[in-house]
Amino acid sequence: MTPSGMRVGMDLVEVAQVAESVERFGERYVSRIYTDHEIACCRRDGRDSRGTTYAVESLAARFAAKEAVLKVLRPGDEQPAWRSIELHRMTGGWCEIRLSGRAAELATEAGLGELVVSLSHEATLAAAVVVGWCTP
Amino acid sequence: MTVEETIRGVLSDHGRLAIPVESLTDETDLFGAGMTSHASVNVMLALEDAFDFEFPEKMLKKSTFESIDAIRSAVAEMAGG
Repeated sequence: MTPSGMRVGMDLVEVAQVAESVERFGERYVSRIYTDHEIACCRRDGRDSRGTTYAVESLAARFAAKEAVLKVLRPGDEQPAWRSIELHRMTGGWCEIRLSGRAAELATEAGLGELVVSLSHEATLAAAVVVGWCTP
Repeated sequence: MTVEETIRGVLSDHGRLAIPVESLTDETDLFGAGMTSHASVNVMLALEDAFDFEFPEKMLKKSTFESIDAIRSAVAEMAGG
């Protein structure tokens, strides 16, 4: 029986690490981790001071959120695809979490309803907190 | 360069480990040695570059990258088709 109760996940990512990944692996890194919607939300017009065409602090916040979701889902070794966890930006500016594939199955198995997320970033660090509630 | 040397080189360049790669045994838990999830993504992409293949989705799990031994097995599986 799935225990009821709150689950919380949080994660912290260095923005510089994401910037280095974008610089080193380019679109291959971006397309393996982020959904088309996330990529569109994080794309910049023109290059920033690092020479990338992405808002790397926004990518870092999304990676932190995906990792925080994994901490809530508790998948063990059954790691869902990174792209099966999407941070969907709403018109008001906040983000909602949308799951698909194995991530959605894990949420259902755990009795998790909606997951809520809060993102934050500064120039060097990005963080995310995800909260979900299990109902048996 | 041997497969193990290549793997150790990738871990040195991308693993962001808290300890020197030279001190790792084949069984050392890389996540326990400081490799973050994000670093493991870089390790995965660098391995793909080094060995010229692409890991399928089913192999993209923590256990694939948890040790040098595990990575060597994954590389062998990919090389074997």
